[in-house]
Amino acid sequence: MDLIKEGILKAIKLLISLDREIIDITFLSFKVSGIATFISVIIGVSAGTLIALNEFPGKRILVSLVNTAMGLPPVVVGLFVTIFLWRNGPLGFLGILYTPYAIIVAQSVIATPIVTGITVAAIQQIPKKMRLQILSLGASRMQMVWMLLKEARLSLLAAVMAGFGGVISEIGASIMVGGNIKGYTRVLTTATVMETSKGNFDVAIALSIILLLLAYFINLILTHMQQRGHRR
Amino acid sequence: MPVIEAKDISVNRKEQKILNIFNMRIKEGEVVSLIGPNGAGKSTLLMTLSCLYRKFSGKILFKGLEVGKDITPFEYRRNISMVFQEPLLFNTTVFENVASGLKFRRFNRKERRKIVYENLERFGITHLSNRLARTISGGEAQRVSLARAFTIRPNIIFLDEPFSSLDKPTKDGLMEDLGRNIRDLKITAIFATHDRDEALRLSERVIVLNQGEIVQDGSPNDVMNYPCNEFVASFSGMETILSGTVVKNEGGIITVLASGEYIDVAGDIAAGKKVILCIKPEDIVLYPVSQKLKSSARNTFTGTITRIVPSRFYQKIYINCGFPLVAYITNSSAMTLEIAEGIKIRASFKATSVHLIKQ
Repeated sequence: MDLIKEGILKAIKLLISLDREIIDITFLSFKVSGIATFISVIIGVSAGTLIALNEFPGKRILVSLVNTAMGLPPVVVGLFVTIFLWRNGPLGFLGILYTPYAIIVAQSVIATPIVTGITVAAIQQIPKKMRLQILSLGASRMQMVWMLLKEARLSLLAAVMAGFGGVISEIGASIMVGGNIKGYTRVLTTATVMETSKGNFDVAIALSIILLLLAYFINLILTHMQQRGHRR
Repeated sequence: MPVIEAKDISVNRKEQKILNIFNMRIKEGEVVSLIGPNGAGKSTLLMTLSCLYRKFSGKILFKGLEVGKDITPFEYRRNISMVFQEPLLFNTTVFENVASGLKFRRFNRKERRKIVYENLERFGITHLSNRLARTISGGEAQRVSLARAFTIRPNIIFLDEPFSSLDKPTKDGLMEDLGRNIRDLKITAIFATHDRDEALRLSERVIVLNQGEIVQDGSPNDVMNYPCNEFVASFSGMETILSGTVVKNEGGIITVLASGEYIDVAGDIAAGKKVILCIKPEDIVLYPVSQKLKSSARNTFTGTITRIVPSRFYQKIYINCGFPLVAYITNSSAMTLEIAEGIKIRASFKATSVHLIKQ
């Protein structure tokens, strides 16, 4: 118990003193996970909308695959992204392994199925007749899709929250493709693991608190937007 | 030239033909009701005519232009609007809902505001303009849905049972406003319903559908009083429908043997022909058995009341006269005649009130 108490006290001191390294790690985590979430929203919402609005053979199998991929283990993603980005791998020519870009790629792979799966469900829960109603008012197909996305906006914000929550908290992929290089690819989760293994519980606790606060504030903003939309 | 024409329309679902329309023409400004029971194909026909349902064979012509050939379905849809049974409002304000069709057509803000308020007023919902669509009642929501459809001033408006989920007072008020606006704006309206009273109230032409096919097309008077077959007769409120054979033809009066009873009917059909007799319940007059009857009605039968179904203003009386007969009488008449199940009663109807269908 003393260990925890001391850890928390030291963590508070570290937080108040605005330690440069911790600020850099926090900023990198936010930047990497934010960009990965943004990419996954672009790909996931588009793919989810296409899947939801079109009938094609194998649709059920595809949806079940997407739903399965929503629980993709980050270490598995980390492994395959590493193989792809490895010097001799198919994308080795990019030379981005052990850079923040590699973490963005890996986290995008983790978050995209989450956003896709939630988008499919969100669009499909809008009555089919709503599409016909929109078209009957003279909408083009693009206008119809845009209206449906607006109708599904609360669920889509939930998709963004789930996607961001999934990547900000993952560690397996970040450590495998980023390498936890100090001042370059070290993010909050990888730093927490490293400090814990070194026995620096105070720093690890400080990093954990920051991670929790970061996730909380991002979700607070998104929840605020979502609930404002719910009231409207 | 008809505003819309359907030629050889056929829709199949799971190898079953669910719609088969040989030819249907609707004139500009006409208000047409499609009536028929559930599953008759009314909604499928509306969806097909509006090109919202595209898996059909045949041609849809809009003002002589073939949709899909001379004009695209999108261009065609810019001339129509549709109101469904459910209001299907967007999750935003009433104003934004009503403005949606104008936004799709890129009207500017000022124009939108003017047109939206005109149409909110048409349906008496100006006071709801800033309310959220999800917070208004079912009747108000259907008014918003109608205002939204009218805002784009369509050439044709398709209405798919828009009143079926509303209570009677709400429905009556809304039908009144809808009828007035359709007439005022001279919009062509095609209205699907399974309620013949709605059809009679709103339309000037009635098309009866059954199993995906048009069985009768005519004025409300024709369809209600001169049904072309047993199905339409039953749907148009002919409660007594009997099959029989003409046994005598005496200059304008024929005698038909139906269920062992002889019934006189005004008509001219040769003896030996099979016919169907249709009698409306409001054309049957009931008397106590004890009353000596002198009347111009040529058909009088004594029967037993088998069932009484009370309604708000009248009672529906089922009588077994050797054949089943259904009559409506007012509640006060029922009290005067001391109507009760099991009692004997005399029923009469005129030869001219029997509608005859040749088989």
